[in-house]
Amino acid sequence: MVMVPVTDVSSRANKTDTWRTQKPVIDYDACIRCMICWKFCPDDSIAYSTDGNFPAPNDRIAKLEAPVIDYDYCKGCGVCANECPENCIELIKEEVE
Amino acid sequence: MPFSIPKEEFMEPGNTACHGCGATMSMRFVLKALGKDTVVSVPASCWAVIPGAMPNRTLDVPMVYTPFAATGASISGLREALDEQGKEDYNVVGFAGDGGTSDIGLQSLSGAMERGHNVFYIMYDNEGYMNTGVQRSGSTPYGAATTTTPVGKYRHFKRQNKKMIADLMMAQKVPYVATATVAYPEDLVRKIQNARKIQGPKFFQILSPCPTGWYFSPEKTVEISRLAVQTHMFPLFEYINGTFKLNKPSKPLGVRAYLEQQNRFTHLTDEEIEEIQSHTDERWAELLKLEKDQLTA
Repeated sequence: MVMVPVTDVSSRANKTDTWRTQKPVIDYDACIRCMICWKFCPDDSIAYSTDGNFPAPNDRIAKLEAPVIDYDYCKGCGVCANECPENCIELIKEEVE
Repeated sequence: MPFSIPKEEFMEPGNTACHGCGATMSMRFVLKALGKDTVVSVPASCWAVIPGAMPNRTLDVPMVYTPFAATGASISGLREALDEQGKEDYNVVGFAGDGGTSDIGLQSLSGAMERGHNVFYIMYDNEGYMNTGVQRSGSTPYGAATTTTPVGKYRHFKRQNKKMIADLMMAQKVPYVATATVAYPEDLVRKIQNARKIQGPKFFQILSPCPTGWYFSPEKTVEISRLAVQTHMFPLFEYINGTFKLNKPSKPLGVRAYLEQQNRFTHLTDEEIEEIQSHTDERWAELLKLEKDQLTA
């Protein structure tokens, strides 16, 4: 018998993309795959991809996991762009059509 | 090898934390270090609202809400209940804010530490009651402007120093005490993994910068957390069974570098900054002495 309210609904149902005023965009040609943006993302909205379909500065880096931003949940705080050692994440102002 | 911290994720996106929240980063790193066999107990704090409104949950591990002053008591109970079921390998974590630790929850924390349960108590220190609207707490540093210590025509900034909660725990001879911050997740994860080897209560203080309450731009969370360590404003140390070890930043900076980044400190005069500098230097010398004395003893 459950005496207290218990829930198992993931917060993925709650998209936070409308919180954003600026959108981080990764320039994969300059990205060295250090994953610092993945490490510091407060909203867990940077995942990594291993399929190797992203442009890369060289062949060795192309084999590594690439960070991928999930724009459904990114709140546009800009921590990734501020911490990027290669300055390859650009924050672009978003406009509502 | 680009991944310097565990890859596994125990938090899901879609939480309702503010932009650039330091507390969500703290929880994420702590859970990465502890793994999936973990139970988290959260009192009233920012973390009580971060998972969002019922029925949402943002953690992939069980999370229990407790009253404000009862984090210590609830983790004691969870630990004993799990032990009774033969689940000794589960980690029990109390995850409270600085108000819930150093002001309201201090008695239950002290009780749980004294009874010696095998638990983690993690205080994420955002230096104020942030989720109720930036009120001053015992952990707010000297000079900070908050909504209950406002600065306008009259300057009613906080005149008292930050409560030394980690020192309190060391005075109580808690087997493991450590401070950490979100700018150094490798250090944080290493400390938690060290602590796991120790049987008994473990206390962590994690500095989690708050863009909303410290009045800075959200992209600077990690930068400010790093500056807090480099300026000696928030010393990182580890205290294991009576052995004290201090992390020394290679390039120390003056406190001004940390203070000028945050609008809660912009009203401070040069003399007041000097005062903070001398207090910080004193505290740093005290910690160096603590480390040196036990080496020679």
